[in-house]
Amino acid sequence: MAVAAAPLRILIGKVGLDGHDRGVKLVARALRDAGVEIIYTGLHQTPEQVVATAIQEDVHAIGLSIHSGAHNSLLPRVLHLLREQGAGDIALFGGGIIPDEDVPRLKAAGVQMLFGPATPMQSIVNFVKALHVEH
Amino acid sequence: MRLDAATLAEQVAKVDVRAIARVMSLIENRDPVGTAVLAQLTPSRAQASVIGITGYPGTGKSTLIDQLITAYRRLGQKVGVLAVDISSPITGGAVLGDRIRMQQHADDPKVFIRSMATRGHQGGLAHATGEALRVLEAAAYDMILIETVGVGQNELDIVQIAPIVVAVVAPGLGDEIQAMKAGLLEVADIVVMNKGDHEGADRTMRDLQAQCRMVLRTVAHRDEGILELIAVIAEYRRIQDLNGSRCGKTTERLVQRGATSGS
Ligand SMILES: Nc1nc2c(ncn2[C@@H]2O[C@H](COP(=O)(O)OP(=O)(O)OP(=O)(O)O)[C@@H](O)[C@H]2O)c(=O)[nH]1
Ligand SMILES: [Mg+2]
Repeated sequence: MAVAAAPLRILIGKVGLDGHDRGVKLVARALRDAGVEIIYTGLHQTPEQVVATAIQEDVHAIGLSIHSGAHNSLLPRVLHLLREQGAGDIALFGGGIIPDEDVPRLKAAGVQMLFGPATPMQSIVNFVKALHVEH
Repeated sequence: MRLDAATLAEQVAKVDVRAIARVMSLIENRDPVGTAVLAQLTPSRAQASVIGITGYPGTGKSTLIDQLITAYRRLGQKVGVLAVDISSPITGGAVLGDRIRMQQHADDPKVFIRSMATRGHQGGLAHATGEALRVLEAAAYDMILIETVGVGQNELDIVQIAPIVVAVVAPGLGDEIQAMKAGLLEVADIVVMNKGDHEGADRTMRDLQAQCRMVLRTVAHRDEGILELIAVIAEYRRIQDLNGSRCGKTTERLVQRGATSGS
């Protein structure tokens, strides 16, 4: 009962080297407007920082934006660290420029969802709100 | 996975970060298990130093905390941070952004940073901040830094839970200092004028010094003035340990004593 009333907590941030944060800030704001508590880490996060932050902040999920092309190493690394630190229950989703051919492999590795640059904001909000039910 | 209160309390005492974070969520969510854990926590033997950092929005509180973490870590201390930001009164959502400034410490195992949303609570803190503080104390953090929301004059709950309160102000206050005197500046043990590199800093510094007992000047993002702040905090801590009173009043006595012995 108390749990149902609790807001979702979601980490939103950017890994990798590119310094383009307009999109990720828009996502953070849209989720806030949907009643979510966003822990915003800013740019240039390493997988280690992301996972430590997710654990300390006890988030339900991590949403990472990547435009640097390093998704094939960074996202699996985050998943690996989460599992290694006993936090494999924290969901991971991604957004940015991710070529179609990479998507199946990342999903098989455990990334729950990947949003392309043209994804309507409402799809991201709907996806995140559905996490509540699962958690 | 839901754990029972006794197990969680044990894990907190062993500084299991996942458990510490979970317990804080239970408390924030007013879950009865959270209350049960709190009842089973024993404060660690060594007493933590609890420092409240408050002040108007954007004055540099988070940047200052980032530098304080660096400095305390160099001294070998374990640092806990509770950073409170405001929830939207309409949607209940929040963008908690204080820790952006502190992310260089995110994966330091001796640093724990937790963002808290006010969830409708007034007074500059979340309802759960005081209890989250008890969790950090039970996990034996040496220094605990609490950042309030960017407050105005009447959001001074921090005084209730932090024995040392630092008010962070920025240059260009002008006549506002008079208004702040009954409020923020009055409750602060230490006033930090940050952004000492900004225009008008000398003037604001003089105005503050005329009104407050202890004013320090910092340029937080350039790490200027941080060691002085740490020294004053340590001094106040010693004074409090000796006579158990807050430094506001104690300093007054010290200042008076200094004045008489100097004459
Ligand atoms: N010029 C200058 N800028 C600073 C200084 N300290 C912080 N800043 C900048 O001021 C802005 C706000 O800093 P924060 O540390 O986020 O301020 P805050 O008080 O925590 O803000 P809120 O939590 O939103 O109330 C940032 O862009 C910092 O880089 C300083 O000493 N000088
Ligand atoms: Mg801040």
